Amino acid sequence: MTDTSAMTDTSEADAIIKIRGLNKWFGVLHVLRDIDLSVAPREKIVICGPSGSGKSTLIRCINRLEHHQQGSIVVDGTELSNDLKNIDSVRREVGMVFQSFNLFPHLTVLENCTLAPIWVRKIPKEEAERTAMEYLTKVKIPEQANKYPGQMSGGQQQRVAIARSLCMRPNIMLFDEPTSALDPEMIKEVLDVMVDLAESGMTMLVVTHEMGFAQQVADRVIFMDAGQIVEENTPKEFFENPKSDRTKLFLSQIL
Amino acid sequence: MTEGFHRPQTEMIPNRAAPASSVGIVGWVRTNLLSSWVNVGLTLIGFYLIWLIVPPLLMWAFFDATYIGTDRFACEDRVGACWVFLDQRFAQFLYGFYPSEQTWRVNIALIMLIPALAPLLFDKMPGGKYLRWFSLAYPFIATFLLIGGFGLEEIPTNKFGGFMLNITVGLAGIFLSLPVGILLALGRRSQLPFVRIFCIGFIEVFRGVPLITMMFTAAMLLPLFLPPQMSLDLVVRVIVVVTAFASAYMAEVIRGGLAAIDRGQYEAAQALGLSYWKSMLLIILPQALKYSIPGIVNTFIALFKDTTLVIVIGLFDILNIGRSMVANPDWLGLGIETYAIIALSFFTVCFSISRYSLSLERRLDTSR
Repeated sequence: MTDTSAMTDTSEADAIIKIRGLNKWFGVLHVLRDIDLSVAPREKIVICGPSGSGKSTLIRCINRLEHHQQGSIVVDGTELSNDLKNIDSVRREVGMVFQSFNLFPHLTVLENCTLAPIWVRKIPKEEAERTAMEYLTKVKIPEQANKYPGQMSGGQQQRVAIARSLCMRPNIMLFDEPTSALDPEMIKEVLDVMVDLAESGMTMLVVTHEMGFAQQVADRVIFMDAGQIVEENTPKEFFENPKSDRTKLFLSQIL
Repeated sequence: MTEGFHRPQTEMIPNRAAPASSVGIVGWVRTNLLSSWVNVGLTLIGFYLIWLIVPPLLMWAFFDATYIGTDRFACEDRVGACWVFLDQRFAQFLYGFYPSEQTWRVNIALIMLIPALAPLLFDKMPGGKYLRWFSLAYPFIATFLLIGGFGLEEIPTNKFGGFMLNITVGLAGIFLSLPVGILLALGRRSQLPFVRIFCIGFIEVFRGVPLITMMFTAAMLLPLFLPPQMSLDLVVRVIVVVTAFASAYMAEVIRGGLAAIDRGQYEAAQALGLSYWKSMLLIILPQALKYSIPGIVNTFIALFKDTTLVIVIGLFDILNIGRSMVANPDWLGLGIETYAIIALSFFTVCFSISRYSLSLERRLDTSR
């Protein structure tokens, strides 16, 4: 434990995400309770926990797909409030990958990747397309650029979704159960891309049940239950030496 | 049985042609006409009915028909249809009371409609970029051509009539009701209570009142709402009413399309930093409108046919022209022919719209 708190303290000064006393309710349902979390630049964090534990809601608060009622979230120096300008500037810096891909079905893969750079970042079309092809090559599907999402497999779609986010050149990437909707043989191709991305130094927050990925990539694993952070530790300590009973129970069920 | 049970299949089974009886014309006839004894019987009855109806109809409409003459007496000894009135009254059916030496203006407006519509209807048009500007300018050019002014002889809209009136009101209604309907549909889902209440009120009021009532109201009441020095043209008033009426329906059709869009599409657009209007225009509406095509086309077709309701405020559209012609002693007894021609005119336009929308749906289907 001392190890973990030390890690949090050192990252405090130059943290890229600072969450303090975060509380959120859906109606009367208290879904996030007193969350404190600092993320250092280039840090990879895996968030796990039983369903309904608030892990998706937590990362969705970071790009304000959900708004919080109490506490503060500061992303790259910008505090998230009702100020639309702040929300826009945070969303430009933070990419997100969804469980159900959410590609735009009426646009080709290439158009999916260039739409936001052209309309939000005002990048010229040719340059946006060049960047898009670069990232499509990185996720290993440049040859699919002119297909429509509906013509691709789930794994390919999720890789396009990752490329689409990267085309905005974000500093932080959020992954909300990116492999949960995939057939088993496609999970690996998506995880491989995510490992590559981690190795390139991207700051990543990943909600996932892929414990192999956590062990391989994560700097820190966070376990949430009932809207609270129950335990956070290095992957080695977390898996080999879980502290709380709830963590032990959870690990025994999924491993 | 056990022998070969574990034998691995080392070679791919090659493609084989489907049985000849299940493909091609033979296959079609077999599956659709002769698949069972009941089906054979139904097929025979069907052919008998066709033989009973089609040849006499063709005889009446074409082979026994009278085409040339000056009035109905040319058809005295006829057995078939009497198309003489078409020769005599064709211009009136098309242009109403538009001065006959000026009808070239209507024709030009109609011909220019083709290049104006083409870039909107078809994706890949040579020079589509410039044609699109022409499409934007077309409503103004057409209005100028039809009404005149700036050197052209001015023609008051009460001279408008015939099928030209139906097309004018129908086209204006179609092209105004779509954007208004989209705005109403978006407004109905707005977070802003004032906008939402206004849109719901507009939709419910205009959907809940019969079009005929609104036509009467427009003809008699609308002037009361406007300052006295501003007298609004009757045809313009009709267009306003038809547009408001169709927009209310359109809004509900599009709301259905919007509801079909997954919440993830909004979230993905937001997460990429797109503003409300950009995400609507680039992501949500293109998909919602695609889902709404059948309903939108339904509304268009209903609107176009409803243009005949101008009859109740005394405008002479094609139906009213036909009706008054049939009442004329020179043309008594030609009801069937007259109404058949009017029906055919509407059917041609509506069927074309319908076929186009089917091809559009196929083109926009990106799942294959």
